[in-house]
Amino acid sequence: MSEFGQRIEATIPALRRYARALTRDAETADDIVQDTLVRALRSEHLFIGGDVRAWLYTILTNLNRNRLRSMSRRPTLTPIKDSDAAMGPDLGSRDIARALDDLAEEQRAALLLVVLEGLTYREVAEVQGVPIGTVMSRLARARLQIKAFLDGERPALRRVK
Amino acid sequence: MIDHLNISEDELHAYVDGELAADRRSAVESWLTTHPEDAAKVAAWRKQAESIQARYGSVADEKPPQRLNVARLACRRRNGWIAAAAAAALAAFIAGGFAGWTVRGIEARSPSDRDRFTADALEAYRLYVVEVRHPVEVPGDQRPHLVEWLSKRLGSPLRAPELDRMGLKLVGGRLLPGPTGASAFFMYEGASGERFTLYCGHTTDQETALRYTTGNQNAAYYWVDRNLAYVLSGPAERDKLHDIAQAAYDQIDLRNPAHGG
Repeated sequence: MSEFGQRIEATIPALRRYARALTRDAETADDIVQDTLVRALRSEHLFIGGDVRAWLYTILTNLNRNRLRSMSRRPTLTPIKDSDAAMGPDLGSRDIARALDDLAEEQRAALLLVVLEGLTYREVAEVQGVPIGTVMSRLARARLQIKAFLDGERPALRRVK
Repeated sequence: MIDHLNISEDELHAYVDGELAADRRSAVESWLTTHPEDAAKVAAWRKQAESIQARYGSVADEKPPQRLNVARLACRRRNGWIAAAAAAALAAFIAGGFAGWTVRGIEARSPSDRDRFTADALEAYRLYVVEVRHPVEVPGDQRPHLVEWLSKRLGSPLRAPELDRMGLKLVGGRLLPGPTGASAFFMYEGASGERFTLYCGHTTDQETALRYTTGNQNAAYYWVDRNLAYVLSGPAERDKLHDIAQAAYDQIDLRNPAHGG
């Protein structure tokens, strides 16, 4: 395998983690990772050097955004929330997954890239193609909304008797 | 200094995310000891980050599934090409003997569109027919949109053949990368769940009739019609596959370019 291929391969575990949190669905996440890898391997000649990881995060983030757009164009097939199937057994996990579900896509991506993937603000700005100030306001809004959700604005469980 | 006395919310975020220089860091730390509301915010944000890491961090420790194997994905491009080239060269050698070799050598060095299309189509078939939840990008009940989209991407009017007569329903379609650029991929399903796919992309090859290729469990028919190469793939039952390919071939052959769907 080429050095380029090896560098891509080394990133797969992190890409899967990011995609899983981004989509909250294991199958969808691996679909997107696979598409990301195929595109990266095909576009080796377009890679101009630098951090392969940031480049892969960029491809993945864009693919997920495109996926959500195309899903919104065909609402009949869109599962309302995939998180039900992906949820862990404990309430704490469930709450954070639901809280992530509630965020706007670009806020969710910014937050996950920072807290889960450990990218710097500057790297996230490059991945999302926006100024650092925008990344910071996305982070702030994401955290505010998650906090509100966890602090009790979460919808009460409905029971039917 | 004033900015030691006033810590902005941006700085609190930057503090949590390790983005502050050492001097601002200690300024924030001393600020937090006297500002419990901000300290509570910082604690809540850290808790959020921990929950996210606890929920998703372990995904990175899982063994990635086989379909994400880079060598395999890359192989499809490189080694697949070399193997196909070798096979084509060998075929030319056997078919033409030595005299033929020298004459056909230049052509034989690169795989034919037929080899490449059939290999890519069978690969796509194997990859997507097992999908339960995401076999296609656009479902078959949006046939006009699907056909219009794929036609636009390929730059040629396409048609998703009606195979209801053969007991096959259109599941939907996808856009895929192919040997010559964009390829269209249509999936059909029979009453008992058996699936067939039609793969289509541009070629400069001459028009051909149906050509059969068989693999382990799958097989394919390849043909060329008006600069488009088609591969119909399915389970390796030659007669049935031939009937379906023939039906698709007939419809595409008779198609009226203005008749989109």
